[in-house]
Amino acid sequence: MGETIIEAMGLCKRFGDFTAVRDASFTVEAGEIFGFLGPNGAGKTTTINMLTGLAKPTAGAILIAGEDGIRHIKKVQQRIGIVPDESNLYEDMSGFDNLVFCASLYGMEKAQREARARQLLAQFGLAETGKRPFKAFSKGMKRKLTIAAGIIHAPRILFLDEPTTGIDVESARQIRKLIQDLNGQGTTIFLTTHYIEEAERLCHRVGFIVDGSVIRVDAIGSLMQDEDQAYRLDFTLESHQPALLEAMSQAFPNIQVSVLDPQRIRLLSPTRVELAPFIQFFEDAHVPVYEVKLVHPSLEDVFVRITGIEIARLKKEKEGQRK
Amino acid sequence: MSQLIAFWSILMKDMKNYYLKPPNISWGIIFPLSWTLMLFVRSGSPVDIREILPGVMALSILFGTTSMLAVTITFERKSRSFERLLLAPISLNLLMLAKTTGAILFGVLNAFVPVLFASFLIDLSGIHWVTAFSGVLLIAVTSTFLGLFIAVSVSEVFEAQTFSNFFRFPMMFLCGLFIPVSSLPALLRPVSYLLPLTYGADILKQSINQNGFLSAPVSFVVLLAFGLALFTFSLRNIKKRWIY
Repeated sequence: MGETIIEAMGLCKRFGDFTAVRDASFTVEAGEIFGFLGPNGAGKTTTINMLTGLAKPTAGAILIAGEDGIRHIKKVQQRIGIVPDESNLYEDMSGFDNLVFCASLYGMEKAQREARARQLLAQFGLAETGKRPFKAFSKGMKRKLTIAAGIIHAPRILFLDEPTTGIDVESARQIRKLIQDLNGQGTTIFLTTHYIEEAERLCHRVGFIVDGSVIRVDAIGSLMQDEDQAYRLDFTLESHQPALLEAMSQAFPNIQVSVLDPQRIRLLSPTRVELAPFIQFFEDAHVPVYEVKLVHPSLEDVFVRITGIEIARLKKEKEGQRK
Repeated sequence: MSQLIAFWSILMKDMKNYYLKPPNISWGIIFPLSWTLMLFVRSGSPVDIREILPGVMALSILFGTTSMLAVTITFERKSRSFERLLLAPISLNLLMLAKTTGAILFGVLNAFVPVLFASFLIDLSGIHWVTAFSGVLLIAVTSTFLGLFIAVSVSEVFEAQTFSNFFRFPMMFLCGLFIPVSSLPALLRPVSYLLPLTYGADILKQSINQNGFLSAPVSFVVLLAFGLALFTFSLRNIKKRWIY
């Protein structure tokens, strides 16, 4: 890592009065997996479209692998692979024919593209099903073949839009493994996902985009370090009422209390806390405590803190969109 | 070279996936036959096959190309596989030429189905084949680009079909195939000159029956101009609507 392979500088995209992306600036280093996270309508797809040549920025500049991504987009497209959020191969063509066709779009010779298609079908565990028409593939297999089509020309950079959405757990696991393998072979990955835990597991760095603005870009480690400075305790109680939470806030002014569900509350403290005073407080309030857990921060916590968006809303929006 | 490989692959993929599918081959055969029968029933007497040949050929091309292209491009756009082509490192001009060449060939083949049938029934000597073939090719090109213009102006396949009819039916009746342009009401005559099929049909009439009313070179130039304008306008529309 170290060399900048994607650079977006002050990207803007306006549709009439509506600004989909405003002044977005970020860089992606060669060899990293970069996660682009944000809620539905935040501007993720518009940004990917601008980077890949499917949309023209209203303002700003793009540099991809040293080329001007706006003026020389066709040169850039030779070096990038794109896997859209929906599997968009040809339904009546076989897996093999789809891959061979995609290879031909990059000018590969017949023998070369057939060999590459066979190699990828084997690598993606689709060698047996490669002769079936694409429409007969399962969702997971379709996704894998779409990724294979995206890397048919061995691009330096691969753009993956929601790679594991809507597929079964096992296929999602296999795809994550494929992404890591590809990255291990030197492919830079630009990934959008609404599964924050997936980004946490896969990405080296992430960018958060909300309402068209990139509000933070950082390495996962740095983001977590910020978050690590707070201590979290999750209490599972028999029940809790607003009055109880109010009394807690008064009794422990340095503690921030938030409700997780009808039985669970989370205490957030800037310093390390002792458990005994809390247990005593609940005993005095005649509220049985069933479980206390020290919670390590996750990227979800970072995301919620930085963007102010609840994860549940993010997932609900995406599921709603798929329906 | 790599651009040519991509061009050829797109063309072959379309031929295999769309144009050479049995329903489309049967369309290419049934459609000209239906037109011939329709004209036969309409006249109530044995029709002069040679007289109706230019009309059947022109309409076969017009309906074949516009229907196919409006469906294939709109369908691929809807299934997002067209996006894959737009994101490939090939120029938009070449991509759209590859997408339309299949329809042009389909139109040309459609035009010669009635000629083949006619060859069994009548003597086809005296036809100026070079002019006829050039006319067929140019009608196929302009009709295909008209289909492209329609396909890039709509979002749904059914919209494409409806929009196609908006152009096809006036063309059918005003291009001089059924009613000579000189017999059209004075108000409609200028409209006839605005339709590419008027020029294409006239080339065919001239080459098959020597009864065209326009100069063939002028008709060729006008058809080329129509083709160029429709293609340019369609590309502009694609850049505006699909590479937004």
